[in-house]
Amino acid sequence: MSHNAELGRLGEDLAAEHLEARGFRLIERNWRCRHGEIDVVAAHRACTVFVEVKTRASERYGHPFEAITPAKLARLRRLAAMWCEANGTKAGPARIDAVAVLARPGESAVIEHLEGIG
Amino acid sequence: MPVARTRSVALLGLSGSIVEVEADLGSQLPAFLVIGLPDAAIGESRERVRAAAANSGCPLPARRLTVNLSPATLPKHGSGFDLAIAIACLAAAGRLDAVSAGAVVHLGELGLDGRLRPTDGVLPAVLAARRAGVQRVMVPTSNAAEAALVDGIEVVGVASLAEAVAWHGGDVEVVPVDAVLAPDPAEPPIVHSGDLADVVGNPEAVAALIAAAAGGHHLGLYGPPGAGKTMLASRLPGILPDLALDESLEVASLRSLSGLGVGGLSMRPPFEAPHHTASAAAIIGGGGRLIRPGAAARASHGVLFLDEAPEFPSSVLDVLRQPLESRTISIHRASAIASFPASFQLVLAANPCPCGQWSPKGESCTCAPSVKRRYLSRISGPLRDRLDLELWVPRLTSTAASGDAAGRVSSAEARRRVELARAVAAERYRETPWRTNAEVPGPWLRGAGGMHPGHRATAAIDRALERGGLTMRGYDKVLRLAWTLADLDGAGLPDGDHVGQANVLRKAPQWVA
Repeated sequence: MSHNAELGRLGEDLAAEHLEARGFRLIERNWRCRHGEIDVVAAHRACTVFVEVKTRASERYGHPFEAITPAKLARLRRLAAMWCEANGTKAGPARIDAVAVLARPGESAVIEHLEGIG
Repeated sequence: MPVARTRSVALLGLSGSIVEVEADLGSQLPAFLVIGLPDAAIGESRERVRAAAANSGCPLPARRLTVNLSPATLPKHGSGFDLAIAIACLAAAGRLDAVSAGAVVHLGELGLDGRLRPTDGVLPAVLAARRAGVQRVMVPTSNAAEAALVDGIEVVGVASLAEAVAWHGGDVEVVPVDAVLAPDPAEPPIVHSGDLADVVGNPEAVAALIAAAAGGHHLGLYGPPGAGKTMLASRLPGILPDLALDESLEVASLRSLSGLGVGGLSMRPPFEAPHHTASAAAIIGGGGRLIRPGAAARASHGVLFLDEAPEFPSSVLDVLRQPLESRTISIHRASAIASFPASFQLVLAANPCPCGQWSPKGESCTCAPSVKRRYLSRISGPLRDRLDLELWVPRLTSTAASGDAAGRVSSAEARRRVELARAVAAERYRETPWRTNAEVPGPWLRGAGGMHPGHRATAAIDRALERGGLTMRGYDKVLRLAWTLADLDGAGLPDGDHVGQANVLRKAPQWVA
């Protein structure tokens, strides 16, 4: 596993813990289809939440949230629709969240969570 | 606090209005939006603010920041909003005291390193802030002296964004930086140092110049090259009285708006002498969105000197007609109307013909009569009509050139006489909006204001008016000038001599026809 993939995996674990601690019920992690991947699918107060997790070891290349571009957000929306179709989820409220994990080496990770980003 | 606000000033012409700069920190992906009719320079301020904040040790939060400049319908220009935008954003992010930030007007452009750069128009902006009842204004260090010319408002000069944040109680490390200095104020175009005593011979011209200064009369000087027209005109500012404080602030504000820099408050009247290749916009002011003052506005409360007037395109000369009448310049653009003061004294200088050698004594002019006529007719009739004095400046003869210095008048003495005459006039017009004789309208002179000097004094021009030798406007001009001559003599009322002398001075020289 490359360094970055390892870091991403670590970030996703931390994000999942964070979500569970905040009362999210995890449904699925790393759901893949041929168009891409959804990091976390969770349920939160009768709402299906699709979570994009971004992990960085430093802010040298910008804040993790800054890596979520409008194009990426549009792809997430498409993927969310595909997930619903694939899982036969009944129509209900859904939203997309973003979790940023800033894991500086030797420091405890800083987790930020934005709800309903688009 | 997700929403914070502070204030800045948007300038339109010389008038400024307070702009609320609000910043909202939203729980959205990072973005930075500036709304409220910003121009391109304000749009770019997003990048300057983001970099400056990061380099000052207080980066903007990675969230969606929306900055609104309200009133949102008022167009805003320039980079002077940078500091206000940065302070509003950092207040919204909780990096400084929002209450403190909200009470202060911020002006200044940011560099990427967080240093503050001077901007144009600080003086009129601070004046506008004071008018709006603002108590404190924060400006770049290099504009602090300019802002401090305004009384009754506290000026906080800061060299960098970090200093500004710390002033508002923010927790940042303030690294001392060298303030970005404004370029040295541009020197006024022509030195006023020439003394009236330098003018050799030609006592009539000197007397006329003093009369023009005393009454604020527009002046036309005609004569061959080398007769000393430019010399005379450049001595006019030197014999004008000192400016009042509000006038001098207005002059400095116009310089500030023109980007010429304001060194300090000068009490001397300005002198503008645009070259005859100047465009109409250079004279009157203009610009697409950001409307800047022209030479005529900068000459307000002073002298606008147009040397070689017939060489100016007549379209350029004629833009001055309306400001001469209304004493303000209005510039209309699709987006806005800006107005500037235009209470300048106009001095035109012209050769009598293209070769310049013509004189009433019939010297060796080589121009065909039609060419000569066409040359001077480039100064349109309506414009010449606004000149109260028109003067023939002859070339000096050798006897006059060697004339003794005793009879000459120094600038200081002339100024003293001008000041006395102006005081008499100001006293007379105390109850009116006018201050000098040149401003008084005709009907008022002819009787409505009880100012007619009596028909014994005006018998000669009454007759001329009856015979059609003098127009009504010409009649008014003679009366105006006669009052000035009487004020200079300390006479309470113009007598026949004053009227006669005035008639000679204002008369369009016969050679022009």
